[in-house]
Amino acid sequence: MSIFQELSDREHVFEFLTQVQSPVDVRHGPILYLDDVNVSFDGFKAINNLNLTIDDGELRCIIGPNGAGKTTMMDIITGKTRPDSGSVWFGSRHNLLTMNEPDIASLGIGRKFQKPTVFEALTVFENLELAMAADKRVFPTLTAIMKPEFRDRIDEVLEMIGLKELRDALAGILSHGQKQWLEIGMLLMQKPRLLLVDEPVAGMTEQEMERTAELLTSLAGKQSVVVVEHDMGFVRSIARKVTVLHQGSVLAEGSMDQVSNDPEVIKVYLGEEA
Amino acid sequence: MWLTRPLQERSTQIFLGVLFAALVVVSALHVFMPQDSALYVSSYTVTLLGKYLCYALLAVAVDLVWGYLGILSLGHGAFFALGGYAMGMYLMRQIGDRGVYGDPILPDFMVFLNWQELPWYWLGFDMAWFAFVMVLLAPGILALVFGFLAFRSRVTGVYLSIITQALTFALMLAFFRNEMGFGGNNGLTDFKDILGFDLRTDATRLGLFIATGIALAIGYVVCRGIVTSKLGRVSVACRDAEARTRFLGYRVERVQLFVFVVSAMLAGVAGALYVPQVGIINPSEFSPLFSIEIVVWVALGGRATLYGAVIGALLVNYAKTVFTGVMPDAWLFALGGLFVLVTVFLPKGIAGLLFRKKKADDTSHTPAAQEATA
Amino acid sequence: MGIIRSLSPLLVVCFLLWPALTQAQVEDTEAQQLLTALAESSFKEKKDVVNRIAGSGDERARGWLEAFASNKLGRIESSGQFIIVLENRGRDWTVESALTRENLGEVSRRDIDTIRVNNALRNELEGILSVIDLKSPDEDNRLSAARALKGSVDDTLAERLPELIDAEESESVQAALTEALAIYRVEEQGDVAAVATLSGSLNSEARAALQQAMRSDDPQLVSAAQAAMKSIEQKLKLNRAAETLYFGLSLGSVLVLAAIGLAITFGVMGVINMAHGELIMLGAYTTWGMQQLLPGQPGLALVLSIPAGFLVAALAGIAIERSVIQHLKGRPLETLLATFGVSLILQQLVRTVISPLNRTVITPDWMSGSVMINEALSLTLNRMYVIGFALVVFAGLMLIMRKTRLGLEVRAVTQNRAMARSMGIKATKVDILTFGLGSGVAGLAGVALSQITNVGPNLGQSYIIDSFMVVVFGGVGNLWGTLLAGLSLGTINQLLEPWAGAVLAKILVLVLIILFIQKRPKGLFPQKGRAAEG
Repeated sequence: MSIFQELSDREHVFEFLTQVQSPVDVRHGPILYLDDVNVSFDGFKAINNLNLTIDDGELRCIIGPNGAGKTTMMDIITGKTRPDSGSVWFGSRHNLLTMNEPDIASLGIGRKFQKPTVFEALTVFENLELAMAADKRVFPTLTAIMKPEFRDRIDEVLEMIGLKELRDALAGILSHGQKQWLEIGMLLMQKPRLLLVDEPVAGMTEQEMERTAELLTSLAGKQSVVVVEHDMGFVRSIARKVTVLHQGSVLAEGSMDQVSNDPEVIKVYLGEEA
Repeated sequence: MWLTRPLQERSTQIFLGVLFAALVVVSALHVFMPQDSALYVSSYTVTLLGKYLCYALLAVAVDLVWGYLGILSLGHGAFFALGGYAMGMYLMRQIGDRGVYGDPILPDFMVFLNWQELPWYWLGFDMAWFAFVMVLLAPGILALVFGFLAFRSRVTGVYLSIITQALTFALMLAFFRNEMGFGGNNGLTDFKDILGFDLRTDATRLGLFIATGIALAIGYVVCRGIVTSKLGRVSVACRDAEARTRFLGYRVERVQLFVFVVSAMLAGVAGALYVPQVGIINPSEFSPLFSIEIVVWVALGGRATLYGAVIGALLVNYAKTVFTGVMPDAWLFALGGLFVLVTVFLPKGIAGLLFRKKKADDTSHTPAAQEATA
Repeated sequence: MGIIRSLSPLLVVCFLLWPALTQAQVEDTEAQQLLTALAESSFKEKKDVVNRIAGSGDERARGWLEAFASNKLGRIESSGQFIIVLENRGRDWTVESALTRENLGEVSRRDIDTIRVNNALRNELEGILSVIDLKSPDEDNRLSAARALKGSVDDTLAERLPELIDAEESESVQAALTEALAIYRVEEQGDVAAVATLSGSLNSEARAALQQAMRSDDPQLVSAAQAAMKSIEQKLKLNRAAETLYFGLSLGSVLVLAAIGLAITFGVMGVINMAHGELIMLGAYTTWGMQQLLPGQPGLALVLSIPAGFLVAALAGIAIERSVIQHLKGRPLETLLATFGVSLILQQLVRTVISPLNRTVITPDWMSGSVMINEALSLTLNRMYVIGFALVVFAGLMLIMRKTRLGLEVRAVTQNRAMARSMGIKATKVDILTFGLGSGVAGLAGVALSQITNVGPNLGQSYIIDSFMVVVFGGVGNLWGTLLAGLSLGTINQLLEPWAGAVLAKILVLVLIILFIQKRPKGLFPQKGRAAEG
């Protein structure tokens, strides 16, 4: 049944294609390309003619006041919400609007949620195991065996996110910050080409924040990272390029200094905070 | 191998040990004890215990989808009944010309309805292998079609529960109709023999009891195998944070479909073993009340433990036998009360009482789990 | 028996007083004569006597002839007094005087000599009675008499009809009479001109006449009849559609009533109450109980049941909320199971305390009967009341949710509980009130249901799945969706029923909903946006 469905699904991306390296085609420039996207919920325009381009290997911060459409934008990219109009391309080959969440995830787009969502009934180790890049179809998953190299990879990530001692603890007992880390670790296990990180440092201590900044900046280059964050200090510490969203469209784009001096931005956003 | 992994597990070993010991003891007491001994287990009791074991297998099937996948099916009775009907059709065909009307092909109720020939869907049920395949396929295909439609459109939580209830309700109405060709109101009954063994002899009854015990053991190992595999962990992930699982690249709907179909087939097997032991299958097995009763067995035993489901099924059904014998009116009060008490005061069931330590499997009441079901 | 015997002296006194009523006697000699003639003549002669009575202009004539036709006109042998039998069961019959209409109490059956009638006479009487009615000063009487004439006009009446039609003032009576005459003419004379009159008529006699005409040898008549028949059939189809729609709407409004309470508790509050059906049942039993308390006044009892049913169900609902549901907040599946348990207990409670059998709830006079739209379509009154009641309840709920403080607070609490609390809204109080409201509406549904279905312990069970389907179909949290879903599901069910049978229609509707949810998982009117995704 599932095989037939896969064959008949024209947009289906076969696992053997995604297995080793994401097939995303970035020879023609950007890795993510949003063009004229519109979404409205019951008449409220959450996203309004949004245009956004993320280059391969870029680290981009997206800021904006509440209701600017940051999370909705992530929902669109990951296939959770379908826009009313516009187009979203991953590389120059994959039209994300025709794909569902698992396919998009398999393509190499990983997402960390605003509220940390880890599998609380599973151990930290198991959480990472599930996230690991592997054949994620039903039967291969049923017969999957924990190979030593997988174990090593998981341990490696555990080390990176500092949860080694909590390896066999239930994820449900982790602190808020630890959950954030675990989720970042799950992202790393996925080996994505593009990471969408929604408010990674909420609820973290100063120290944890620093380590997160370090981690994210180290990822950039190999992978593209999009960070949505409220914490201006944090953004300033990692940002190379910042996009300001306001009422569902881009208000300003540039370096942190550029946007923080933009009079429009000061008016709608920074001005209010100051 | 995912199927052999549970055999190395201590909990599975204990479960199987207890189950087989019980099978041996009951059989021995039945065969070797003189009939007037206090320890003698009568043929009636053997069949009753066999019935309980069928329910236990059914409960395990429900626990697999509810406990580990978070899908509260209020329609598992339908799969149970379909398996039962498949077996019933085989048993009907085995009657041959020994029926009241003596028709060599047509079952009595069809002769009574003046039908001239066997409907096409009755063909092949004279062959045991075909009927036994259908025991798996009939519920399996229904679960596949229904699950495909439901999971594809991401119907979960209470919506799914209500729709499964509607499903079994619709099937009950359908099977009540004589035109369906399944004996209508009366269902299928008056069975004579199975695989050549007379159903009324003690030996056949004991054989069925043992077969049910073995089926329960296999079913338990299969479920345990799934649960302890990576797929089992993905199931738990689907249960607790469906969206998150999807963003990790898992096809949640296919995981759900697979587990749901396996569970439906197990329920079908339970139904198939149930029918020759109680001697009848009729549309009341489709009633929504029965399906929801199964859920309460699981809830009482403790969900997401599998063995808890077995304990719950045995306990509740024993209580039901006692109650309906002594004061039939009070049974529904007791059952209703049980629903309330278990959900309000005993959310982890008896298994939760027995083992208070935190286990990976049964943390279904963490905040994330609650949100996922909301 | 003793009472009757002790009454008989009283009767004797009555007879003794009889001569004293001279006034009446003088006036009634003619009537007495007529009735005597009727009693004593042969069947052949009786026909003349009947016509004489009819022509006498006596306003009591109708009553006599009616009683005569139904074997209830008679004479007390011992006194020779003419009587009309009111009640002819048992050994003693209740009678009244045919002349004075005075109730004479019970008289031994053996003492009564009924005036014989035969079938030929009875047919004759029908026509004569209708002519009497046609002359009645009351227009309604004339109209129903004129309608009754259709298909039963005989030669003598046919001769008199044109003159009656001319004399008639009311147009509708005139039309009915014209049609009756036309039926006669088509049937008896094969009158082509009269066929045109029948075109478009919904009367079954008219159709019978046309069918007969279609079988005649006259080709002209046949083609005219065929044309008329065609127009009739079209009209009938329309009426049948209207009837189906009416039944559909009435079933639909029942569904709306049953589901609207659920739309509040499930849709707005997110609480799954499987005992909702039993709250409906409680409402129905309240109606029954009310009628037990007020015997002989079913109407008053029913009206009082509306607030009582609401209150009983609301209190029961609040009790369920406080004792069970509030402990299971945020665990919908557990809530479902627990409330299912409550529903089992409530059902068994009714079985044990009242009876496992169905109870009869009386329908008051003003709710029974039907409104005749035309001769092919009459709408039963009780269903009409239910439709109206459903709409009123819906409008009321809409008002409460939209315009009152409670509605505002309910919406606030459901959207963001913590925020609402911090703004000073007592969330617990809102929970109780909302749940009480939803449950109370279930009680109202029960009151309405008691008028159109059996009241028994299983009443609620049969509605719970349907109700959930309606809420899911309409889109959870949307009252308008519930209204539309209920009405359309009811109509679809009724449309399918003649084609597929009742059971299959129900199954088809269920399958339809399952398929519909494929296309629109969130119902007809989904809630959109980030919040709705959870």
